[in-house]
Amino acid sequence: MNLDNFLLMRHELVLTIITLIVLIADLSIKEDKKQRIIPIAIFLFGVNAIIGFFPVVTGNLFGNMYKISDLQCTMKNVLNIGVFIILLQSVEWLKSTDNKLKISEFYLLIFSTLIGMQFMISAGSFLMLYLGLELATIPMAALAAYDKSRSTSAEAGVKLILSAAMSSAVLLLGITFIYGTTGSTYFDVVSLKFSNNPLQTLAFILFFSGMAFKISLVPFHLWTADVYEGSPVNVTSYLSVISKGASAFILIIVLFSVFNSISMIWKPLMYIISVLTMTIGNLFAIRQQNMKRFLAFSSIAQAGFILLGIIGANGVGMTSVIYFIFIYIFSNLGAFGVVSVIYYKTKKENMDDYDGLYLTNPKLSLVMMLALFSLAGIPPVAGFFGKFFLFTAAATSGYYWLVFIAVLNATISLYYYLLVVKAMFINKSDNPIAYFKTDAPAKAALIMCVVGIFFIGFLSVIYSYMASISYGI
Amino acid sequence: MDILSLFVIIPVLTVLAIIISRNAKNTRVISAIGMGIQLLMAAYLIFAYFAQRNAGNNAEMLFQVDYVWFASLNIHYAVGVDGISVAMIALTSVVVFAGIFASWQVEFLPKEFFISLILLSSGVFGFFISLDLFTMFLFYEVAVLPMYLLIGIWGSGPREYAAMKLTLMLMGGSALLLVGLLGIYTNSAPNGGVLTFNILEISKVSIPIAAQRMFFPMTFIGFGILGALFPFHTWSPDGHASAPTAVSMLHAGVLMKLGGYGAFRVAMFLLPQAAHELSWIFIILTSISVVYGAFGAIVQKDLKYINAYSSVSHCGLVLFAVLMMNKTAMDGAILQMISHGLMTALFFALIGMIYGRTHTRMINEMGGLMKVMPFLGVCYVIAGLASLGLPGLSGFVAEMTIFVGAFQHVDIFHRVVTITAVSSIVITAVYILRVVGALLFGPITNDHFLHLDEAKWFEKLSTVTLILAIAGIGLAPLWLSNMIGDSLAPIISRLTLFIP
Repeated sequence: MNLDNFLLMRHELVLTIITLIVLIADLSIKEDKKQRIIPIAIFLFGVNAIIGFFPVVTGNLFGNMYKISDLQCTMKNVLNIGVFIILLQSVEWLKSTDNKLKISEFYLLIFSTLIGMQFMISAGSFLMLYLGLELATIPMAALAAYDKSRSTSAEAGVKLILSAAMSSAVLLLGITFIYGTTGSTYFDVVSLKFSNNPLQTLAFILFFSGMAFKISLVPFHLWTADVYEGSPVNVTSYLSVISKGASAFILIIVLFSVFNSISMIWKPLMYIISVLTMTIGNLFAIRQQNMKRFLAFSSIAQAGFILLGIIGANGVGMTSVIYFIFIYIFSNLGAFGVVSVIYYKTKKENMDDYDGLYLTNPKLSLVMMLALFSLAGIPPVAGFFGKFFLFTAAATSGYYWLVFIAVLNATISLYYYLLVVKAMFINKSDNPIAYFKTDAPAKAALIMCVVGIFFIGFLSVIYSYMASISYGI
Repeated sequence: MDILSLFVIIPVLTVLAIIISRNAKNTRVISAIGMGIQLLMAAYLIFAYFAQRNAGNNAEMLFQVDYVWFASLNIHYAVGVDGISVAMIALTSVVVFAGIFASWQVEFLPKEFFISLILLSSGVFGFFISLDLFTMFLFYEVAVLPMYLLIGIWGSGPREYAAMKLTLMLMGGSALLLVGLLGIYTNSAPNGGVLTFNILEISKVSIPIAAQRMFFPMTFIGFGILGALFPFHTWSPDGHASAPTAVSMLHAGVLMKLGGYGAFRVAMFLLPQAAHELSWIFIILTSISVVYGAFGAIVQKDLKYINAYSSVSHCGLVLFAVLMMNKTAMDGAILQMISHGLMTALFFALIGMIYGRTHTRMINEMGGLMKVMPFLGVCYVIAGLASLGLPGLSGFVAEMTIFVGAFQHVDIFHRVVTITAVSSIVITAVYILRVVGALLFGPITNDHFLHLDEAKWFEKLSTVTLILAIAGIGLAPLWLSNMIGDSLAPIISRLTLFIP
């Protein structure tokens, strides 16, 4: 192994270096000037995100333990963009007095989990996958419990760590069985020796359950609502967008590169789970008043749509899933961005607090509306293209009834997204949220989201690029 | 830039101009200019179309433009028009133009109002020029969603309920439609080859009959919901009654026609065998629409509800005629779309103007309005006469053609439904004349009606535009029939190919 080989791991390496710099900076800055860490961390992360876009070197490292291809590189870049938006959105919150002494912790924890996710995406072996998974999960619990002064935040942390531990155990059991029956943890070896005998099927189901927990698919979704509601808003958006997106990426990679030989087993399984996830997520979302819970359930429903593309199990499906997640990141971060801006200015996060918002804060309302329309899949915003291609993928494989259920669910989801639009645009309020100025970084983040929501759909270049790289798995 | 894409680009540019405009007056003027340009372009398009045809251009679709959009799925941005789409574009531009002037006095958030309205119209224009099912569906949804805000913010009565009901029912329809379209797409290359969304290419292949049986009902009902097909029409009365004037005009006048247009252009043209097999179900449903809508209109007291139910009846007639699948009836269907679009827009515009003065829409509270506002009164009578099919106005030509076409079928089933549908003419006459009598004639029932003022210039402009168009079609229907007739030929020939 020579120095060139390190270039293959540049995403993880640069991020590790940045994490260390932030740690050192934190130690060397005086207590009353800790806020200086914020621009340093954001700048460094921006550099990292840009470095990620440099031309790709592909290959394997550590005897196939670590793999990088165009596809995996794109996945990591997508996550980087999302995290960058979240960092911008959280500036105002980190500056509050409660967080004065622990600003750097936020960055250290969030960067660590991101490193974990990137290792998972690049994993070529179950061992690597599991290491990444733990690295991505444990700091997450600390993030959820970040607001020390609120008991709900602590509760969210405990719930997350306990249920994550449980699901990791189940997943590990699955990996154990896989190792036990095939004698290897490497993807390329396992995929050759995998068949649908009972023990290996059981191993797959255990493994899948662990992953389903991360993506919060029904029936492994029960932790989601409480954790999302209790965590600080920006952590919630990190959990529901980046963490979920990364897990979905990993699920795709593993399903197609390892478990391809038993697709007749996982397709019906995914069919049922997809229907359940969409329907239950939607039905619960209708009843929510708290915006964070509302977005939590809506993101469960969105995960059901992601499965739709995976079941499609063809080139179109693969491309559509990645494309959909890319769009989903922008749309959901747009929605969460507005919720977080309003929450930290006014401490309001209920749907009826948003009554009459358009008359006082028209720009925020418009961003929210666009983001929600994109989530609902209304043209001309990007979400429409994402959903349409997912449905096309499933229909091309002949799953018409699944598409039918999915479009019905999309209509149900439109109902509750419209409830928010109705609150902002139609309802009158005696006590609306007064006009306020959004802070510059959050504004920049929202602009990025809006640009993404508008243009990712129309610009077929992006879809074509993804189509050109995603046949490789 | 090709002329067809301009029909979408100009509304978008108008919207951008409105966004940077400073006050309500500028907003109105910009909207009027933008839509005035649309109207002129539509007139130009008609002449250009005839010029092309006279020059011997026999292509199925004229002014075709085709750009690859999403190459890996073979999605194109493909536009082109035949005589039917030209007629629908002309109808849309007239109604939108009149609608802008009918909503001249919107005071609450005027900027947002015109933006939504024009955005909606860009969706409608886009729908009519599309040759690719993907772009067609995209524009279809663009046309439906602004309706929610338009009714919810600027509507009257139970507007929140009506807006939500309308949006969800129409989106439910588009959900069905989406499955249907994807079904057509995935079966578009039965002999191998690349799947396509292009209508013209799909019309050259024969989709397997099993797939047709599955996707024809989905596509037809999906479009039918927008065309107020019984029993999926219930969004229409509530939606129209709560919507602001211009939105009712546009919705009943144009948007419901998307349903009728899509039903034959996509559902029947692309899936002809299933259309023959299953048409009886939908013929029964549409004839119920026709009669039920007319009866519904009789018992209503609110002017807008009356007109909304009458729209259900008239749009039912469009779908009814389409399902008869012969040239005369389909000719009539398209004439009826245009005629009803203009007439109902005129109705809703007048109702809006009357309501703006009397602040009531209940016919039992009104009377003698002809004495205080003769201009609006006369216009209302003209609209009423067009609606009940008086010769010399557009409604007569359309309904006559439809029933003649329907009667060409000799079997007992078609005869029975045709006679049932014909009975709606009588019922229509009942409710129209009753309303005209109660509303305009007789003694003035309320003293404050004496002080009402006559129509203002923009209201006159709005109504006169529509009346001219109605009379134009009524007096000289031939140029329109020519335009439609040529373009129907390929559809009819594909349908007759599969007569069982």
